[in-house]
Amino acid sequence: MPAKELSPIEIYQILPRTNCKECGEANCMAFAAKLVVREAMLDECKPLLEPGKEDDYNKLWALLKPAVKAVEVGVGDHKVTLGGEYVLYRHEFTYFHQPAVAVDVSDEMSPEEFELRVNVVNDFSYEYIGMQLKLDMLAVRSTSGDPDTFAAAVKKAIGLTEKPLILCTHDPEAMRKGLDAAYGRRPLIYAATKDNWKEMAELALQYECPVVASSPQDRDTLKSIAHTLEEYGLSDIVLDPGTEPNKYMTANLDNYIILRWQSINEEEEHLGYPILGLPLVAWTVEEEDTIINEWNEAVIAGICIARFTDAMIVHGISGWALLPQVFLRSNIYTDPRKPVAVEPELAAFGEPTDMSPVLLTTNFALTYYTVASDVESAKLDCYILVVDSEGMSVESAVAGRKMTADTVAEAIAQFKVGDKVQHRHLVIPGRAARLSGEIQELSGWTVSVGPMDSSGIPKFLDEKWTPSPED
Amino acid sequence: MAKSDDIELILSRDLLEKLAKLQEVELDDVDIELDEIEFSIEGGGGGVSSPLLARLGYEFAMIRDSANRMTSLLGGPAMGMPMPQMQPAMPGAAPAAPLVKPSALIPETAGVPEAEYPASIVEVKLGATKAEGGTRSISHVIGGETVPPCFNFQAPPKHRPVIAIDVFDWPKVPLSKAVKMHFREVLGDTGEWARLCVDKFGAEMINLHLLTIDPLIEDATPKAAVKKVEEVVEAVDVPISIGGCGDPHKDFQVFKAISESIEGERLLINSVTLDMDIEGTARLINEHDNTVIAFTSMDVNKARELNRKLYDFVPKEQILMDTTTAALGYGLDYAFTVMERCRLAGLRGDPELNHPMSSGTTNAWAARESWMKMGPEFAPRELRGPIWETITGQTLLLAGVDYFMMMHPAAVDALKTMIDQLMNGEKPAEPTEWVSVKLGR
Repeated sequence: MPAKELSPIEIYQILPRTNCKECGEANCMAFAAKLVVREAMLDECKPLLEPGKEDDYNKLWALLKPAVKAVEVGVGDHKVTLGGEYVLYRHEFTYFHQPAVAVDVSDEMSPEEFELRVNVVNDFSYEYIGMQLKLDMLAVRSTSGDPDTFAAAVKKAIGLTEKPLILCTHDPEAMRKGLDAAYGRRPLIYAATKDNWKEMAELALQYECPVVASSPQDRDTLKSIAHTLEEYGLSDIVLDPGTEPNKYMTANLDNYIILRWQSINEEEEHLGYPILGLPLVAWTVEEEDTIINEWNEAVIAGICIARFTDAMIVHGISGWALLPQVFLRSNIYTDPRKPVAVEPELAAFGEPTDMSPVLLTTNFALTYYTVASDVESAKLDCYILVVDSEGMSVESAVAGRKMTADTVAEAIAQFKVGDKVQHRHLVIPGRAARLSGEIQELSGWTVSVGPMDSSGIPKFLDEKWTPSPED
Repeated sequence: MAKSDDIELILSRDLLEKLAKLQEVELDDVDIELDEIEFSIEGGGGGVSSPLLARLGYEFAMIRDSANRMTSLLGGPAMGMPMPQMQPAMPGAAPAAPLVKPSALIPETAGVPEAEYPASIVEVKLGATKAEGGTRSISHVIGGETVPPCFNFQAPPKHRPVIAIDVFDWPKVPLSKAVKMHFREVLGDTGEWARLCVDKFGAEMINLHLLTIDPLIEDATPKAAVKKVEEVVEAVDVPISIGGCGDPHKDFQVFKAISESIEGERLLINSVTLDMDIEGTARLINEHDNTVIAFTSMDVNKARELNRKLYDFVPKEQILMDTTTAALGYGLDYAFTVMERCRLAGLRGDPELNHPMSSGTTNAWAARESWMKMGPEFAPRELRGPIWETITGQTLLLAGVDYFMMMHPAAVDALKTMIDQLMNGEKPAEPTEWVSVKLGR
């Protein structure tokens, strides 16, 4: 059921309506409202789990389940969820699970290279507005063609990382040995194809692992494999419609868009599964320099992230190429229902005194959090005056006249900044430099123009902050 | 009680929330006589967001909840049951486990989704060749889309999105190191700068920014600005866009002087905003047969409002819309979604949003990660910067952008390559094998 068509009242009617509050909500109606926006899980309703309620539970699940099934890979703290999506476009609701990024290793790599790559998966991290951007999975490929070599590589991988694995080989015998080596870790099996689907399906059943149905550039067969796997008793399926090097970007986009469209808008049951994108195919093309392979891979990854894939495998491990990928998925998977703006206020950081600096910024959430994180990480004691710019960044707010000398002077008065500090010095963002004269005139405060980027604030204050109460 | 009376029950959210919290309600001198209350919610209509629908559903349910409680407190029967069905019958329980495993693949046909879009995006022509009354060697038509961006399986792209490169008339414009290194030799010569962009970096248009007219920079006269534009018109033969400084009064004066002095080139004026003299600017565009970018700040309704105000004075075929580009990591999600919404609304028949879209992709460089020195694991920034601009641009290509204003030669090249790939629509003869292949060197 597309999320956009569901109302809480339908859910409420099927709920036990005991108002028992065991779910933590005030009543069943409130719980229904949470369910509809997917902020609560059906299993939190304890009376619904009692015997005799199976039919109601199934009815509710049929209404609430995502159009794209949520498939879990791995176990424990590092488990990832692929899919679990309800809409085609993020503004129609929100996206829930960021595409998981896997880095590949092969069973013929030198121990040094193998370990280096696993360490990148383990350790890559970048702090971004209060979040840690990380990598999620390790894909182990069999390039040797030898089942025992593959099993040894898998064994080595599980010794080096707790992140979930994708086991990549078309040889069922190698897969069996790999699954043995990774026993208990619930890896993703890559892949069941038109040729090996039966053996792979047996392995997926036996080892209780999710499995990729793979049929590059042939969606008829892809649907056929997925349907057959379902009939075989499997339900944790991931779809690989094929990813091609950059030259064939149309084929990539066509496949991702068609699959997701069919699962969301046509509720096509055999295609309601997460999609696997494979940016690493960029490395199969011979280029003058591997930088070009890595660049092209990042380009494909960007397309995969913006257009519906739920997991992807990359080969490049350079930070310059991975960083825009993890940024993009964080952006696209941000909940668009959440406000862009923070509350205007005079925010205190550290332990400011009446001689601490006062810094000006706007109430655009990203601007505010960036400034706040710079100030916090430098352990500065200061005030940040957050003016209401209607949620626009400094540059746009100045250009669009959403932050003017008037609004700044008003904010100084409204938040009684003069009561908090003895001095009358305001540091404004470099990008608001053109307002400095007017602010000074209107507010009577002395204005210093700070750095263009808030990363320069600590240095700026260190060098320039020397006001005395007489100023 | 007469059933035919439609009662509009309007309760504020505040009141509803208060009612919801109450365990007891005391009512004096109240008669409640109801047989049935029907609520109907229209689904999926234009502009109704799903959170709003969810919220409405919640509100209505709350009304009924409260009403139920009130009637039962008053000793009456619970009312409003059964509620009308708003969805088809629910599916039954999950299918039972299979008894027989399939022994062969079950044949399936996947098909290709078809959809009808009632409207299309207007076409806008940028620049004018000799035959068209100007002096350009080429003109570009953009827009004309009949399906969502990159839905090539429903209709191949009609026109190529166009990439312009930014040129500034002020040598002191702050540029990131990775960008500046490519333009160092030409910073002081606007004409040469433009020529370099076309000859060496493949600019399909020049996007000239007249920063020196800014009263806070040099306050250059409109006459001086005209001279700068003439330099660029002389130096290159691609279509030209003229950007102001952001001061609404000064920009208008300068646009006026340029429109009156340089006729026939079908310039792209960048831009008209809600706080400018909209009528004056629009008339100027119309009278001199130029085109204009209607610029708003990440707000679908403001974009509509500005377009609506322009329609009185200038044909739709002379308007591009720009809803603001924010950098990857610094609001790209908002930029992406506003553009995506505008384009889909335009295709679905919103007559005020079906314009080709423009993006100041150069804004990607506002992201500190595009230019900042970082640890060795993120080096070199000479690659990190242009890939940042590339990803910003290609993401907005997927949202429907037709006209890109860019800066870094490598990013320009990468986006152009992607546009080529999408225009060609080439499909592989054989899928690429990667599973068992050694990658890299």
